[in-house]
Amino acid sequence: MIQLIKRPTPSKAWAWATPIIAVFATMIAGGILFAALGKNPFEAIRVIFWDPLFGSNAAYFRGQLLVKAGPLILIAAGLAVGFRAGIWNIGAEGQYIIGAICGASLALSVYPSESAWLFPAMVIVGALGGWLWGMIPALLKVTFGTSEILVSLMLVYVAENLLAYMAFGPLKNPEGFGFPGSRNLQQYPSAHNPELIAGTGAHWGVAAAIVAIIATYILMHRHIAGFRIRVAGEAPRAARFAGVVPARLVVFCLGLSGALAGLAGLFEVAGPSGQITDSFNAGYGFTAIIVAFLGRLHPIGILLAGLLMALTYIGGDMAQLMLQLPAAAIQVFQGMLLFFLLGFDVLTNYRIRIGKAQAA
Amino acid sequence: MKRRSFLATTAAAAMLAATSLPAFAEEPLKIGFIYVGPVGDMGWSYQHDQGRQAIEAAYGDKVQTSFIESVPEGPDAERALTQLALEGNKLIFATSFGFMDSVMNVAAKFPDVKFEHATGYKRADNVATYDARFYEGRAVMGTIAGRMTTSNKIGYIGSFPIPEVIQGINSSYLHAKKVNPDVEMKVVWAYTWFDPAKEADAAAALIAEGVDVILQHTDSTAPQAKAQEAGIYTFGQASDMGAFAPKPRLSSIIDNWAPYYVKRAGQMLDGTWASEGAWEGIAEGAVEIGEITDEVPAEVKAEALALKDKIASGEYHPFTGPLNKQDGSVWLAEGETPADGDLAGMNFYLEGITAELPK
Repeated sequence: MIQLIKRPTPSKAWAWATPIIAVFATMIAGGILFAALGKNPFEAIRVIFWDPLFGSNAAYFRGQLLVKAGPLILIAAGLAVGFRAGIWNIGAEGQYIIGAICGASLALSVYPSESAWLFPAMVIVGALGGWLWGMIPALLKVTFGTSEILVSLMLVYVAENLLAYMAFGPLKNPEGFGFPGSRNLQQYPSAHNPELIAGTGAHWGVAAAIVAIIATYILMHRHIAGFRIRVAGEAPRAARFAGVVPARLVVFCLGLSGALAGLAGLFEVAGPSGQITDSFNAGYGFTAIIVAFLGRLHPIGILLAGLLMALTYIGGDMAQLMLQLPAAAIQVFQGMLLFFLLGFDVLTNYRIRIGKAQAA
Repeated sequence: MKRRSFLATTAAAAMLAATSLPAFAEEPLKIGFIYVGPVGDMGWSYQHDQGRQAIEAAYGDKVQTSFIESVPEGPDAERALTQLALEGNKLIFATSFGFMDSVMNVAAKFPDVKFEHATGYKRADNVATYDARFYEGRAVMGTIAGRMTTSNKIGYIGSFPIPEVIQGINSSYLHAKKVNPDVEMKVVWAYTWFDPAKEADAAAALIAEGVDVILQHTDSTAPQAKAQEAGIYTFGQASDMGAFAPKPRLSSIIDNWAPYYVKRAGQMLDGTWASEGAWEGIAEGAVEIGEITDEVPAEVKAEALALKDKIASGEYHPFTGPLNKQDGSVWLAEGETPADGDLAGMNFYLEGITAELPK
């Protein structure tokens, strides 16, 4: 008989061990999946986790790892602050889109004039756009008590439709032969977010992600505000007695995560993506939720989790190509990671006792 | 097997492979593909994959093909293309419009690799484009639709309001109206190429409006399933979708990329490949009409096939004047046909369509 017994306090050791166990469990279950598809599981795991880092063309793929991990980490760093406070921003995808639209609109409205101020201004406008989109669920929650989970999630679909409207309407490239999509910002030097060092993949968004990790670390672990946020999440009543104003916290957390998601969108549209198209958003805002939890809502954990998640994407593409694994198998593999993480998380709050049930 | 002996065997196998390399007469030509959907979409990407398999069937050991499926348009596409180039593929097919800028960026970095981009318009010395004249097939579908409707309302599930799709709507409407002057066209935009849920919603919306024949420019069979429930008619899109024959699927417009792919791979092998913009239709076999089922009366079937033959022989162009734009202004004068360039940029509905084109 297996019994789950609640721990008096969550186990610190298990909190850090579960992500690692989850990764290994994913490898094993994924290996079984790949074997069932008739592929060599060891080769598949090697292609996904080893080849992008140390394989024959690793120099290119290591850079791509940063391109993919940058926005994930930037968004997840902001989300984690809110999640710690029990404020659930599920709509980072929408804030990411709005940040990109705002920044790109600014650039395209002054096209083709060149100015050194343009890119910094785009960064500010992009962050503001994401912040504003985050403010909608925040203010609705504060004034009407609506659920920020639902409102922020629903606003993703609003943002997606706005994106399609922009790609087919106001931002459409006038020299694009009627085809949808904006001008390519990569070909507009003042607005372009280039690789800072050629061949490394590191653009301003990657730099911003590192800054965000350091800043949220200081905020959460070295600053009284971080303490209040954590108390608010763990013991809301106690936090209120300690003088935490819940409304202010909601506005702060949704604003911060919105602004960071907006920044990620801006760096993406000005850099690797280059264009506002109807399919511009690639799911970073949703994947960042997985990254935040995989990283234990801790800045350093998020940094590692973002890189790991990026690795499964890039390695997953390689596995498709080299082993002809279907794309859906790779998605199942990525989904397993969250599944096992949440599953093993039980061990953080509970311990397992095997044996006879005892009277309590 | 023990770990040590496993490693030893692998090493031995690798050595064997390395030493036996010269035994191959020549390296096969590596050809890569990226698809926007899964190969199992039974529509667009499936047909491209059929083309890939045709290359393998035609050239056997001389070629080696591989693909990456479900590649999102944007930076991921650029990485996937780069990966194909780094893996030594010398000819790379990018099979969605949205891959265009990614193709151009990667092609600039790999001047020795040839790229083929479907439905785009940007070319370079090592980038060719290719497309099919789907509007020719749509003319045949429109003829059948116009004859088969009893409510005089036909529906069209559009993917994106881009010229390729607008040509299809115009051509379907024009030829439905030719055989049935009372016909009305309802258009719903799904804003996706492949999303069964959204496509099913679009079909449901059209059915609610009283439509009894649905044409689609999206790739899943979800609309067929909806139509089956409602007891109305549809047409297969991109692939035959024959599982839904004889009803609701009356016929289908099939993209057959195999002849073009085999031709271009052959040109790579004999060194005559050159960048060009291909736009092939029924005559070249790029657009095929799937079997017309017995749900369609014999005289309608004969009429549709006669139209197909006339288009194939070049005797008839689906857009032949006099034709007016939706706002009533003249587009083509009596007997006039459009230049390919104008057609490729079509961004207006023809006169008589009451739907509004999204801007």
